[in-house]
Amino acid sequence: MDLSAINPVLLIASLMVAATPILLAAIGELVVEKAGVLNLGVEGMMIVGAISGFAITVESGSPWLGFLASAIGGALLSLLFVVLTQVALANQVASGLALTLFGLGLSSLMGQSYVGIKPPQMGKLDIPVLTDLPVIGPILFGHDPILYLGIALTAAVWALLKYTRVGLVLRAVGENHDAAHALGYKVVRIRIMAIMFGGACAGLGGAYISLIRVPQWTEGMTAGVGWIALALVVFASWKPWRALLGAYLFGGVTVVQLNLQAAGVAIPVEYLAMSPYLITIFVLVLLSRDKSGAPASLGRIFHATH
Amino acid sequence: MKLTSLLATAALGLGLATAAVAADKTKVGFVYVGPVGDGGWTYEHDQGRKAVVAEFGDKVETVYVENVAEGPDSERVMTQMALDGADLIFTTSFGYMDPTINVAKKFPNVKFEHATGYKRADNVSTYSARFYEGRAVQGTIAGHMTKSNVVGYIGSFPIPEVIRGINSAFVHARKVNPDVQFKIVWAFTWFDPAKEADAAKVLIEQGADVILQHTDSTAPQAAAQAAGNVITFGQASDMSEYAPHPRVSSIIDDWAPYYIARTKAVMDGTWESKDTWDGIGAGMVGIGEISDAVPAEVKAEALAIKDALADGSYHAFTGPIKKQDGSDWLGEGETADDGTLAGMNFYVEGIEGDIPQ
Repeated sequence: MDLSAINPVLLIASLMVAATPILLAAIGELVVEKAGVLNLGVEGMMIVGAISGFAITVESGSPWLGFLASAIGGALLSLLFVVLTQVALANQVASGLALTLFGLGLSSLMGQSYVGIKPPQMGKLDIPVLTDLPVIGPILFGHDPILYLGIALTAAVWALLKYTRVGLVLRAVGENHDAAHALGYKVVRIRIMAIMFGGACAGLGGAYISLIRVPQWTEGMTAGVGWIALALVVFASWKPWRALLGAYLFGGVTVVQLNLQAAGVAIPVEYLAMSPYLITIFVLVLLSRDKSGAPASLGRIFHATH
Repeated sequence: MKLTSLLATAALGLGLATAAVAADKTKVGFVYVGPVGDGGWTYEHDQGRKAVVAEFGDKVETVYVENVAEGPDSERVMTQMALDGADLIFTTSFGYMDPTINVAKKFPNVKFEHATGYKRADNVSTYSARFYEGRAVQGTIAGHMTKSNVVGYIGSFPIPEVIRGINSAFVHARKVNPDVQFKIVWAFTWFDPAKEADAAKVLIEQGADVILQHTDSTAPQAAAQAAGNVITFGQASDMSEYAPHPRVSSIIDDWAPYYIARTKAVMDGTWESKDTWDGIGAGMVGIGEISDAVPAEVKAEALAIKDALADGSYHAFTGPIKKQDGSDWLGEGETADDGTLAGMNFYVEGIEGDIPQ
């Protein structure tokens, strides 16, 4: 065992990278659920975002265009969910599951000709003095721009939900859609926008995997990250900063356990491998002991005539 | 019991029916653990399938199912294939071993071929390649090329096949570089690009400048490329899109000749259960071109080992080799027997850490 082989600075820097896809997807889903809609299609929207972003990046040579395309791709796919649940009033759980399965299949089809291609790389932030600082340089100032976008988005969603009228309306729709409707808010329209925002965020998260974290395209490459993001939203009690904490915790333990393995720590690998899930659930359950529950209208179908 | 007999009757009926309808068409099924586009393990199996189609044309019909989880789910897929009238089914991952045996019991007239396993039956053959021979070549290159004397190894599952590879690579790396250390990370997956990328990054952060992988995606190659001064080896497939650097060579699985031979045997009615374990000599294991990033004398040495392995004059596990605990395994000049290799569950002396149990 040689723990000195683990470099804590690089560790923190890489846990932030590992956490970003989960964070992006979780923040999007958080907004969707705050609006009272349960979209289980996160995994599907992520993988479609991953291939949309990858394909456009390869074709155009610009990772920025790729990320834009991934957000559009995810949002477009979520429109299918909109049609099913907001227009046709189908069951949200079933529609969400269908969306995931459809997304996985669609992405394989779209990705046929992109297997084994290397995408152009997005440059990392490089601020002359700051990035070269010891310790905090690599942690705070040495990442790709999308990672900062994830954090900024968390802050924005938190502020929006807490301090703005838009956030209040969104929460009202999620807590009691009949009352919100009675007050004259367009419940369906607000939910559609929330769902599309969730789709765009999931798409970004997927593209972060295919363009930065891995970076390449392979079928099924999101490998369950969407489901983890979904669970994270619940365990984070629908609070943005807790979702960030959960994502970093999950990413962190994932990276730490690999580090411990490589350093030869004598803990059975199976325990290390399950540790990210256990620790994340444990911490977030502890945090969620206060009585903040789910949005009251979560998963319920709304129709103005009911 | 009821279900079994029902299935067996159904299979029999179906078998008769298909025999009557398409007596001249042999149906061959393939069960894959990853997507055919993984660029590694499953990709090469699918190349083998395509070779079967190219060889026999109209006389054969192939079906495949991708991304089949190891375990009970695979049993369902195989049962469905057998019910659909497959005459020969290749199950191409270690974790399909017990499901293959179970399904084979229900369909005595269907032939099964299980890759990398060790359980056989009258209608179940096993086949595998001596990947550890390729690992010997990789280990030699790795031992020469590492400057930090740290070699990272991404393991999939702690099964004999993977442990053999680690031991073979380590023995040969140590032979040319007595200071070399292996850091081993178990990913517990055959295919998960994100996890593989993380594992590679962690190993690189801990000082490894050579990465060997026993997982199927090219993600570790991409991680090594991003790091810059790290070399890698293609796994299962050539992964030549990462040549000449970081990928300096590769182990290539070539299943096509075997798949063609076995399909032919089913057509001729000469198929019988057997165990096939071929290496570099028989062409089942190929060594991808060693790139110019490797110095000429290292390349020559690696190729010499490859040739010696191919013509049988050298065995990858030739004594003296001790086990990790210091006890003797192979005496001077002694070579490992296939039985020990097939069930290998110990590290050789010098490797640190324990095999997950």
